[in-house]
Amino acid sequence: MRSLQRTWPFHIMLLPAIIFLIVFSYIPMGGIVMAFQNYKPWLGITGSEWVGLDNFRFLFQREDSLQVVWNTLIIAVLKMFFNLVVPFVFAILLNEIRKVGLQRSIQTLVYLPHFLSWVILGGILIDLLATDGFMNRILGSFGIQPIFFLGDNNWFRFTVIVSDIWKEFGYNTIVFLAALAGINPSLYEASEMDGASRWRQTLHITVPSLIPMVVVVGTLALGNVLNAGFDQIFNLYNPLVYQKGDIIDTFVYRTALINGEMGFATAIGLFKSVISMILILISYRLAYKWAGYRIF
Amino acid sequence: MYHKTTPYRIFNVFNICLLVMLSIMCIVPLIHVLAVSFSAKSAADANLVGLWPVQFSLEAYKKTMNNPIFLHSIWISVCRTVLGTGLTLLITFLAAYPLSKETSVFRSRNVYSWLFVFSMIFNGGLVPFYMVIQKIHLMDSFWVLVLPGAVNTFLVILMLNFFRGIPKEMEEAALIDGAGHFRTLFSIFLPISMPSIATIALFSMVFHWNSWFDGLLYLSNAKDYPLATFLQTVIIQKDMSSMSMSPKEMELLSQTTVNAAQIFIGAAPILIVYPFLQKYFVKGMTLGSVKE
Repeated sequence: MRSLQRTWPFHIMLLPAIIFLIVFSYIPMGGIVMAFQNYKPWLGITGSEWVGLDNFRFLFQREDSLQVVWNTLIIAVLKMFFNLVVPFVFAILLNEIRKVGLQRSIQTLVYLPHFLSWVILGGILIDLLATDGFMNRILGSFGIQPIFFLGDNNWFRFTVIVSDIWKEFGYNTIVFLAALAGINPSLYEASEMDGASRWRQTLHITVPSLIPMVVVVGTLALGNVLNAGFDQIFNLYNPLVYQKGDIIDTFVYRTALINGEMGFATAIGLFKSVISMILILISYRLAYKWAGYRIF
Repeated sequence: MYHKTTPYRIFNVFNICLLVMLSIMCIVPLIHVLAVSFSAKSAADANLVGLWPVQFSLEAYKKTMNNPIFLHSIWISVCRTVLGTGLTLLITFLAAYPLSKETSVFRSRNVYSWLFVFSMIFNGGLVPFYMVIQKIHLMDSFWVLVLPGAVNTFLVILMLNFFRGIPKEMEEAALIDGAGHFRTLFSIFLPISMPSIATIALFSMVFHWNSWFDGLLYLSNAKDYPLATFLQTVIIQKDMSSMSMSPKEMELLSQTTVNAAQIFIGAAPILIVYPFLQKYFVKGMTLGSVKE
């Protein structure tokens, strides 16, 4: 059994992964010092002037950055809520379909949009949602005035949230369907003996059995409160809707790479990372406490 | 008994109609794009196309296929997807094995686990990452598309959970017969890990095929763009100035039908691969999320 105790092969197996982690994950963390500098590319990290917490002070003083944090929270929280509720209801309804073939076909279709990128879907939506596009022609046939879904501050968030639900609801049902499949059938049989209607069974067996899964998915989503979906926003927005649609990630991209405010952008990024990390740690702890979920 | 009651039957019909409608809604946009791509330019520009081509035409596909930049971007995407997926699979497979061991067998396991987990929950952000890419001279190189995403902790966790489900006796038998850990991993674990490898390959392929932001950020020459980045600049940004193309080439690209054709070609590989791998990723997903 000596070979069981020799662990050097383990270290070698882990070596490539660790090298990649160090280069692409841990070394960039060192760049965080830029958040405390007035970073100038020609002076570098060693030569740039230290400004303490000024960048963070700006973050809470500049009107645009506060608006961005607020937009991020609103969009992310609404997405999280609907991405929990819609898949939950959908999974229960789908479970009622007894024809296996039909059920499978529906599943195949609703999972699909998840695998398409926001570039592809953005290209499609920009065309579909234009003022003279397919969508507005359908609405027009009901006598509704054309809506500028992607260029109107009042409509942009709505469009972003609805299109995100549309893309992800099917995929998000997978975990609920798995939980539904795990419910002991004898519970249903027993309740049927007692004369329970299907509605009663849903209320007293199905829903309570899914609650642990709702708790896990819900708490784990907490760590994403500051992730409102960079890919989606970046591919759908335009200067007309910066006011209501700009989020932290898109704002960092623009301030850093277009305006060149590297220090400030790093500070916002760090602010986001730290808050997210704290939320993730809390959510994992809660998920473990409430539902026995462990990640590793 | 409830199956036979009238209210349930009414509900059932209603439910089936609703869900079928919802599932059709998930693909209607794609059907619309397909219809536009097969329509005549005049009909598409006038927004006359619904879900069926108007004045059927293959013009858009001919033009797309005659565009060398578009074809080259497909080639880059194929290369990055193949190389990137291969690299991710190898690294994930190797790393998951030691991490799936008990702490009593592999004492340093927890240290490594924390390195992985911490990298997942905290990061330096966009700007420091961009600067590291600059410093290690990956800017404007093909490898910037492949290397940074090679290790994904989520996939490592999927894999190691699968390894934990493999009976310990198999490994012990191999070790007693004199196989080392590498031999055990590649001769015993590899063949039985195929479902799990298929899941990881699917996730990784989709990731690479869909990635567009890295190309936009780290490649300055539009001729090196992978397909997703190319589509992003041509269709979403319509920023032709950055493309350094002749007016003739620009004209080729700025049409509704051609855009639709390009979008559809961009989505096609996923549409083709997806049905085959569906059963795997459903298992893979629930493997990582539902635990006893």
